[in-house]
Amino acid sequence: MVEQVFALIDCNSFYASCERVFRPDLNRVPIVVLSNNDGCVIARSADAKPFVKMGEPYHQIKGALQRNGVLAFSSNYALYGDISERVMTVIESLVPALEVYSIDEAFADLTGIDQREKLGREIRAQVLKLTGIPTGVGIAQTKTLAKLANAGAKRWQKQNGGVLDICDPQRRDKLLKVMPVDEVWGVGRRMNEHLTAMGIKTAWDLAQADAWLLRKQFSVVIEKTARELRGTPCLALEEAAPAKQEICSSRAFGQRLYEIEPIREAVATYAARACEKLRAQGSLCKRIRVAIRTGMFNPEEAKFARGIVCELPYPSDDTRLIVRAALQGLDAIFRAGHAYAKAEIMLLDLRQRGEFTDDLFAEVQPVAAAKVMSVLDEINGRWGRGTLRPARVPIAPGWGMKRELKSPSYTTRWDQLWCASCR
Amino acid sequence: MSTVTILGPVGISESELPFFSARVPAGFPSPAQDHMEQTLSLDELLDIDAPHTYLVRADGDSMTGAGILDGDVLVVSRALSGRHGDVVIAAINGETFVKRLALRGEEVILLSENPKYPPRYVLEGDDLLIWGVVTDSIRRHRSHG
Repeated sequence: MVEQVFALIDCNSFYASCERVFRPDLNRVPIVVLSNNDGCVIARSADAKPFVKMGEPYHQIKGALQRNGVLAFSSNYALYGDISERVMTVIESLVPALEVYSIDEAFADLTGIDQREKLGREIRAQVLKLTGIPTGVGIAQTKTLAKLANAGAKRWQKQNGGVLDICDPQRRDKLLKVMPVDEVWGVGRRMNEHLTAMGIKTAWDLAQADAWLLRKQFSVVIEKTARELRGTPCLALEEAAPAKQEICSSRAFGQRLYEIEPIREAVATYAARACEKLRAQGSLCKRIRVAIRTGMFNPEEAKFARGIVCELPYPSDDTRLIVRAALQGLDAIFRAGHAYAKAEIMLLDLRQRGEFTDDLFAEVQPVAAAKVMSVLDEINGRWGRGTLRPARVPIAPGWGMKRELKSPSYTTRWDQLWCASCR
Repeated sequence: MSTVTILGPVGISESELPFFSARVPAGFPSPAQDHMEQTLSLDELLDIDAPHTYLVRADGDSMTGAGILDGDVLVVSRALSGRHGDVVIAAINGETFVKRLALRGEEVILLSENPKYPPRYVLEGDDLLIWGVVTDSIRRHRSHG
């Protein structure tokens, strides 16, 4: 059998790199991108890393950023999503099979390809030329090793040009011995503490650790990780993402809300968005959960959080029915007198359309509802999200996210197209 | 006992209508039926779906001689590298312009297509990036409404 080979292609400082594509003037300006509501730092360009840590609250470091000439952006997911799709399409055209793992990472199947490193360089060059996004490529016999090779490609970019192939066992072992164990895929901060206490400090130590002990102490997941580090593939390429088991739409409000009316608007908006996601994957849901809460960290505010699960009469993907149920749920849990910071909608008990059998007499969603929803999606697909929406959902909500530093949606909005000077 | 298979609700078809939508006439068969072709698509003409195609708005009158007016939408390809004579999106020292690219020996010149604007010679210390090549432009001749 031919030995399996994976590549992990990862965009460097993806959000910050996206902000630079249409701003050539920022090529040498350090950049950070902020979370929803301009809360904290979620991405940094390489040259911003000395000045700011991940997760730092923006309002605390505003002054320091200005002093060091670091530019801050609100997150612009319309832009990042569009560029991500371009990046993935380019990679897909160069490899036999691709698993898009996240907005800025993808695993490729390079099994049976001779000049792997050359292909890795080709992928980097093409993605950079066609989209402007710099990437790193790690190549190895397992996904976990490919991910580690990718980290190595980034760490020693000057020496390897952003591509690292560790299919050769000697090179692989050399990398394993220098990589700290917290660089391994799936090893989080707490796991790292436990492993360090057991004397497992490098990726090599983890690879050599006793499998039975790992399984007993932690889980079968980390045992698999160790086996993958030794070169035994346990994870396969997943080309089609499986349909999600639950769908969540949640967001913090741009400001604290005290009355039920604006919260009703927000809940209707999140529910309508969740229904779009539900229909996009062709599922129906039978139950929904609505939750609201106050801020959890301000010692001056009273804390309050409550959620409720509502049962639908039949599995449905009808925005009207689900919004109505969500609002009933909200009415049941809302208590006046709190400063609300966030609402959340979860669609639960999902099933694929046509894949479940109910008893013959169970109520089912009327065919007309499915028709109305497909027309709704078609109109919004053609004319933009929110063209047709439940009356509860406002166009410009007062509780909307704070995104004061957002760049234009250069590639997704006619009124915000990138302008090039003819002067 | 007989078994029934529930096939589920009938879905909405997503197939496009052909350019010649030949109805079935009661009398003579349509003479166009054997000549059905694909639909005409502007997306295809402009290669809009390609990951390297971008839309950019022209801002100003320096390229009127090349047929690019203020407010036109330019179709820009990042797959092309920019040859002598191409209209390009060029970033020079971080500033982005639409210019005609002229390569004369070692010299690189960014030309405007309007006598009001002088040529810009790219010098030693200049930082030049050819962002993309303009392949088409789109102009609306009737205002909205």
